[in-house]
Amino acid sequence: MPNLPVAAEIGSGPNPDEPLSIIVAAVLILLIAMGTLIFNIWFERKQVARVQDRLGPNRVGPWGIFQTIADVLKLLTKEIIIPSQIDRLTYWLAPVLAVGAVIMIWAVVPLSPVAIGSDLNVGALYFISISSLGAVGVLAAGWGSNNKYALLGGLRVIAQMVSYEVPLMLSLLVPVMLAGSLSMQDIVDAQGAMWYFILAPVACLIFTTAGQAEVARAPFDLIEGESEIVAGHHIEYSGLAFAMFYLAEWLHSFTLSALCVTLFFGGWQGPFAVEVPALGLLWFFLKTYAGYFILNWLRYTVPRVRIDHMMSFNWKFLTPIALVVLVMTATLEKLWPALFPVDPGRPGFIQSLPRAGILFLANLVLVGVVIMILRQVARRERQRVEDLVDEGQYSAPAPMPEPVEV
Amino acid sequence: MLEQWVFILVFGIVALGTPVAAIIVGRVIGPRRPNPTQQSTYECGMQTVGDAQKQYKIQYYIFTLLFLAFDVEVVLLLPWALAYNQLPLFALFEGAFLIFILAVGLVYVWRKGALEWR
Amino acid sequence: MPINLETIAFTLFAAMCVGGGLGVAVLRNLFHAALSLLLALFGAAGLFVLLSAPFLAMVQILVYMGAIAILILFVIMLTQQVIVPEPYNRQWVLGALAALVALGALFMVIAQLGGGDAPYLQPQPLAPEVSDSGIAALGSDLVDPGRYLVPFEVAGLLLTVALVGAISIARED
Repeated sequence: MPNLPVAAEIGSGPNPDEPLSIIVAAVLILLIAMGTLIFNIWFERKQVARVQDRLGPNRVGPWGIFQTIADVLKLLTKEIIIPSQIDRLTYWLAPVLAVGAVIMIWAVVPLSPVAIGSDLNVGALYFISISSLGAVGVLAAGWGSNNKYALLGGLRVIAQMVSYEVPLMLSLLVPVMLAGSLSMQDIVDAQGAMWYFILAPVACLIFTTAGQAEVARAPFDLIEGESEIVAGHHIEYSGLAFAMFYLAEWLHSFTLSALCVTLFFGGWQGPFAVEVPALGLLWFFLKTYAGYFILNWLRYTVPRVRIDHMMSFNWKFLTPIALVVLVMTATLEKLWPALFPVDPGRPGFIQSLPRAGILFLANLVLVGVVIMILRQVARRERQRVEDLVDEGQYSAPAPMPEPVEV
Repeated sequence: MLEQWVFILVFGIVALGTPVAAIIVGRVIGPRRPNPTQQSTYECGMQTVGDAQKQYKIQYYIFTLLFLAFDVEVVLLLPWALAYNQLPLFALFEGAFLIFILAVGLVYVWRKGALEWR
Repeated sequence: MPINLETIAFTLFAAMCVGGGLGVAVLRNLFHAALSLLLALFGAAGLFVLLSAPFLAMVQILVYMGAIAILILFVIMLTQQVIVPEPYNRQWVLGALAALVALGALFMVIAQLGGGDAPYLQPQPLAPEVSDSGIAALGSDLVDPGRYLVPFEVAGLLLTVALVGAISIARED
C-alpha cells in the first residue's frame, strides 16, 4: 500500500462475518441510488424547465416534488405491450442488463470515509468493465426488438459507447497514476491535500466528455435521436419495461457525476470529513449535485452532434489528447520530485503545491497548444471552402434577411 | 480480500433482481389486451415492411476493431500506471514507447481515411 | 468438500461456464449462442475472483465481454442467416468422440496425480492478500528489462500490426 497511512484506519465496507450486514448494506446502497433517482428526475425536469424558460412540474405537491412518484404509479398501471416479432430471450434480457450494470457501479463509489459498498483493490477497473456491459444491454434491446429503428440505435451503440470508452479509460489512467492505486477509496484518500482536478484538468474534461457520450445524453444522444430513429433501442418497450431504460439512463448520468467527483474532485473530502464521516456524505452529495447540475446544463444547451462529427471528435480529438496527457503526466511525475525534493509520506497542502503547480501549468500549456492547432485547422478549412466557392463549385449561402420591424 | 467480493455478489443479485421484479410487477398490475395491430412492429404508423434482422454496413465493425486494440493497450498500461511512482525513470520511456507505437497505428488508420464516416 | 459460500460460488460459476459453453455449441440462434458465450465468460471471471485474481477477472470482463463479445455479436449481425436451421454437420459424432477422449485424458491425469486426495486439490488457505501491491508488482515486472519488458513492447507492436491488418482487410476499397 503506497504512502497512504489513513487508508488503514478507514473502514472498507460492511463486516463480512455478518451476512445480514452485507444484505442490509446492499439494500441500503440500492435505496440511496433509487431515492436520489426519484429526486433527480424532479430536479432535472425543474432545471430543464428553467433553461427553456418554463415552469416545469408544479401540480403534484409543493413545487411539483411528487411528480415522479405520480409518474411511476401511472407507469405501473400501463400495459407492457409485447410486439409479436420480438426475440423473447434477448428482448427481456436487455432492460435487466442495462439497469443492473448501472446499479452495480454504485458498489464501489465511496460515499463517505466509512460508507462504501466494497472497497475493491480494482475498483476503478471494476466500474469501467461493468459499464461496458451496459452496452451489451442496449445492443440486445436493439436486436431483440426486431425493429429497424431499434437496430440502428443498437448499432450506433457500438459506434459510440464503445469508441468513447477509449478516451474514458485513457483519462482514467491519469488519476490512477497520480494515486498509485485502483481502489476508489485510495484515490479519494490521496486527494486529501489537493484535488486531482488541479493536477489533471484536461484529463477531467476528457473523462466528463467521454462519460457524457457513454451515458448517451445530449449532445451525444444519437442512440435515441428522436428526429432520425424515433427512440432508438427502446422503441418497442412500454410501461415499466420502458421505464427500466429511462431509469438506466438517468441513473447513469448521476453516476457519471459521482465518478467524476470521486476521481477528480476529492469525493467525500472536505472540512472535517475524516473526523465526522456523516459530513463526508454531505460533501460527496453536494459535489455530485453540483456536477449533475453542470452536466444537465450542458445537455440542454448544446444541440445533438452529427454521427460523423461524433466519431471524428472521439478518434481525432479526444483520443490523441488523452494519449498526450498521459505521457505528459508521466514525464512530470518523474520531473517534479527531482526539482522539489519533498519528504515522502502524506503531503500537506503546502507540500503538494509544487507538484500541483507544475502539472496545472503544463495542462494550461497543453490547452493553449490544442487551441492554436484547432485555429490552424479551422483557418485551413475556411480557406478550402472559400476556394471551392471561388471555383463556382459551391454557392455561398445567402445572407440572412434583415429582421422586419413589426 | 475475497470477502470484499461477497458484497459484490450480493449486490449484483440485488441489482439484477430490481429490474426483474419491476417488470414482473408491471406485467401483473398492468392490463393486458393484446391485438395484432397493437403488437405489430412500429414503423412510423405504416405497415411493417420485412424483417429488421438483416445485414448492416461494415463501418461499425471497423470501429469496434479499433476499440479492441486500444482496450488491450489500456489493460497493458494499467499496471504500469499503478506502479509508476515506484518505478525507475526508465519506466517512463518504456510506457511512452508503447503509447507511441499505438499512436503510430492511430495515425496510420487516420491517414488511410478509415476514421471517416461514410 | 465443505459447503460454504466459496464452494457455492464455485459451483455457480462453474455451472455458468459449462452451461454457457454448451449453449454456444447447441443453440440454433447464433445471437443466443453469443449471449450464452457471454455467460460462460462471466463464469470464468467469477472463477478468477475465487482464485484471488481480481485484476484478471476485471480484464476478462472488460476485454472479453465488453469488447470481443460485442465484436462477435456484431459479426453475427453482419451474417446472412442468424438462425441456423441445422447447427450440426456430419462430423458431430467425431467431435463428441474427441471431446470424450480429451475428458478421459484429463481424468487420467488427475487420477495419476492422486485423484481427489491430491495435495493441490485440497481446500487451500486463501492466497496471501493480493492487494494493490500484487498489481503494482505486475506493473514493475512488465517494465523490468530482465522480466517482461520485451513481451510488453512486442504486445504493443502486435496491437498496431493487428490494427493495420484489420483496417486493410475490413475496408471496402
